[in-house]
Amino acid sequence: MTSLFAEVAPDPSSEVSVRRITLKVNGEQRTVDVEPRLLLAHLIRQGLKLTGTHTGCDTTNCGACTVLYDGLPVKSCTMLAVQTDGHEVTTVEGLASASELHPIQEGFKDEHGLQCGFCTPGMMLSAKALLEENPDPTEDDVRWALSGNLCRCTGYQNIVKAVLWAAAKMRDQAPASDTEAEEGEAS
Amino acid sequence: MTVDEIKIGGLGASRRRVEDNRFIRGAGNYVDDITLPGMLHMEILRSPLAHARIKSIDVSGAWAIPGVRLVMTGEMMAARNLAWMPTLSYDTQAVLATDKVRFQGQEVVCVIADDPYIAKDGCEAVIVDYEPLPPIVNPEQSMAEGAPVIRDDKENQHDNVVFDWEVGDKDGTDRAFADADLVSDMELHYPRSHPSPIETCGSIADFDRSTSKLTVYMTTQAPHIIRAAVALVAELPEHMIRIVSPDLGGGFGNKVPVYPGYVASILASILLERPVKWIEDKTGNLISTGFGRDVYLRGQMALRKDGKILGVRMHTDSDHGAFFSDAQPSKFKIGLMHSAFACYDIPAAHLTSRGFYTNKAPGGVAYRCSFRVTEAMFFQERMVQAAADDLGMDQAEFRRVNFVRDDDFPHRTAFGFLTDSGQYGKCLDIGLEAIGYENFLKEKEEAKKNGRLLGIGISTMTEPLGAGNSREYDILGIKMFDSAELRVHMSGKAILRTGAKSQGQGHETTWAQIVAHELGIPAEDIVVEEGDTDTAPFGMGTYASRSTPVAGAAVSMVARKIRAKARKIAAHLLEVSEEDIDWELGRFFVRSSPDLGVTIQECANAAYTNMPDGMEPGLENNAYYDPPNLTWPFACYISTVEIDPLTGVWDVLHMVAVDDCGVRINPMIVEGQIMGGLTEAYAMASMQFITFDEEGNCVGSNYMDYLLPTAWETPGFELHEVVTPCPHHPIGAKGIGECATVGGPAAFVNAVMDALKGSGVRNIDMPLLPDRVHAALTEGRDISGAPPVRTDS
Repeated sequence: MTSLFAEVAPDPSSEVSVRRITLKVNGEQRTVDVEPRLLLAHLIRQGLKLTGTHTGCDTTNCGACTVLYDGLPVKSCTMLAVQTDGHEVTTVEGLASASELHPIQEGFKDEHGLQCGFCTPGMMLSAKALLEENPDPTEDDVRWALSGNLCRCTGYQNIVKAVLWAAAKMRDQAPASDTEAEEGEAS
Repeated sequence: MTVDEIKIGGLGASRRRVEDNRFIRGAGNYVDDITLPGMLHMEILRSPLAHARIKSIDVSGAWAIPGVRLVMTGEMMAARNLAWMPTLSYDTQAVLATDKVRFQGQEVVCVIADDPYIAKDGCEAVIVDYEPLPPIVNPEQSMAEGAPVIRDDKENQHDNVVFDWEVGDKDGTDRAFADADLVSDMELHYPRSHPSPIETCGSIADFDRSTSKLTVYMTTQAPHIIRAAVALVAELPEHMIRIVSPDLGGGFGNKVPVYPGYVASILASILLERPVKWIEDKTGNLISTGFGRDVYLRGQMALRKDGKILGVRMHTDSDHGAFFSDAQPSKFKIGLMHSAFACYDIPAAHLTSRGFYTNKAPGGVAYRCSFRVTEAMFFQERMVQAAADDLGMDQAEFRRVNFVRDDDFPHRTAFGFLTDSGQYGKCLDIGLEAIGYENFLKEKEEAKKNGRLLGIGISTMTEPLGAGNSREYDILGIKMFDSAELRVHMSGKAILRTGAKSQGQGHETTWAQIVAHELGIPAEDIVVEEGDTDTAPFGMGTYASRSTPVAGAAVSMVARKIRAKARKIAAHLLEVSEEDIDWELGRFFVRSSPDLGVTIQECANAAYTNMPDGMEPGLENNAYYDPPNLTWPFACYISTVEIDPLTGVWDVLHMVAVDDCGVRINPMIVEGQIMGGLTEAYAMASMQFITFDEEGNCVGSNYMDYLLPTAWETPGFELHEVVTPCPHHPIGAKGIGECATVGGPAAFVNAVMDALKGSGVRNIDMPLLPDRVHAALTEGRDISGAPPVRTDS
């Protein structure tokens, strides 16, 4: 029996029912035993040791805990870990490859889209979901897509610029057959 | 050949931030990211009532839960003389309540368990029997005759007054009013607001019995102050306490005070001899930790017909909650409220201030501002606009008539501050030009004919940033200097440590730029570390925009000490006397033969491999900097708005910011600070406040009730700059992190009030919620936002 807080050997009398779930995290298949009440954010942070996903508000408002669930942004602080059984989760740690940053990460750095960095992973994942659906967003599109993510240091102007910067770069890198993207870039 | 300062990331380079490399990968290291072997988890049970006597606490239910390791009550703390702790303002605060609870959310019981879920279960199993007492939610109730004494724990405290304080020249001000052609007045409430960094507060206390050393990882903006406070509370010697402030997810003043959760986690770790982690939830953060503002301000301005201000009277009643836990300089009870009107040439002024205890969370912290300066500047600019209207004078012209002129510096303000530099008129002109002032006034008149309500608001101010000097500024008696320590390695690369603590300001980037400017060592060759009291030099931390004015100055000074030693080494290497060499960025050379020189890197190498006879080896030093004065940045913020008369909703049409913060170390970061500050200014003007109902229930205890603007609501900002170097700062820089939060709100509110001009409305308290604006507009009356609010409708 495993506890998520594994260094502490659980008292045998405290054994609680757990469920075994299998999910794909950042492309890697993982099997874990979790208490049914465990929140996804805590599974990611404590169980999988992926501390780039932050918890801010506990009420689905701030978006610091945003991860992608089958490609869609969700607030992992109000989702149960067991709900991810058989699904795919992407966290900030899954954005960059070993050698290369994702254009969204580059954009946030280049446009000074972060200060304390606490809301940043969630912002970037919301942006990723947007750009996958809409590679050529307007400023308003970006503002709307990020409206579930709060920032207290930076304000939003540079964050929006960062996402537009990334969108332009991703269109640039898109295969030549993608004519829509080329037109977008030309305009 | 001299190095190119911008290329090496020196002064003026918009260098991309070093710290971003980890943040964009999710590889930051915040307190909650730290896991220690054998670590336990603590949760706090808080009071549901604002004011109540504790009749009994039954913790047996908690102890019965498997996995619960410790349950701590106030009684247990009292047995160890830890039930109360000193605040940073010479008051006391309950760690865990013993006699009664004094605000909703006060800490009552702590449960420590194997994991946080079990600890929460433990809190739910505790039964506390309360006897409710009448709650007090504003100063008016607090000062009323027969009001219950909230702090009956304190000897000699027979009322709810925290302090009664005054500053200025009463007689001179009375004379000014006697000479006035017109007296204008203003009365308003600056609402309670929470700094609300996205990361809440938390700590991991780790007491090691074998060494008797206590290590605490903690969300603190001021690790050394905390170490001093912990030494006091826990009765441990300083060298046995190590406070580590890792990456902070924002601070804004919220992470300056000492909180009960920190102290409780420390005691728990000492008792259990295991690391104990406490991470506050958002509600705990919003209802119990350092709020900002909550001040009732009223005042009068004595005016001459031609627009000259002759004198100002101000009075403030501030609501401090149940404990006076502000972190204010000890000499100034209402912070730097008396910096109000500093940009105007006013002959006489007088301020009286009273502070009150209420049944609300303690705080009154400097929320993204220098000690109460936000309230001061907001009141100033609301008063100025009202006075201009009363005189029938253009609001820009009224400011221009009264500004301290460029050639009047240094200027002693009526309250005794010494302002030293600025180009106020120039900043205003740039702002007016950018917003298209004259055109907008015409457009506004045209729109009015069609029933549209347009308004323009100006806010101009200079504010005192960067406490101390040590003559006047201290916290708990510790003078407000700051420090830097620089070690240059043999290769010419270096490590810099300071007594400040970044929480998003980008010190790892900008401090290296200052060293690059002073020594010509590329910024990328300099590592910056902060926040660990075992390694960082003693400093007072980061708040009140004091990093660049104080610690940043220390960075310059320590680099200059290094340069002075390197010069001796250069003379030795060049085999000339010290007087015969000159410095250009990154290199010493022989004056008579400029091709003959040595680089700073060569000097660094020689400091370890080839020093002159008799010279102490190595190339490292430290500097403690006590600034001669505060720095005085100036800002002009202008906003235009349109109100929808049917709903009271107002939209920002255009917002222009002109900031003069002296020399800019990293223009990109400076602009980032301004945009962030303007966003918070817009937040406070439009939606962000915490209020209370008549039972003392906090309305705004989570992000569903406490509204923060998102990317969708927040307007865009247009930034402009003026540079008037600070005459006493080593590189001419002034503080900037908070100017926009301080000066911004009045620009939005003045714009809305301008749109309502002529409707009989003089003031609407912030935030300017649509229903307030609508009520003011339709009923032609002022709207007060003071608590209690009705929550039953």
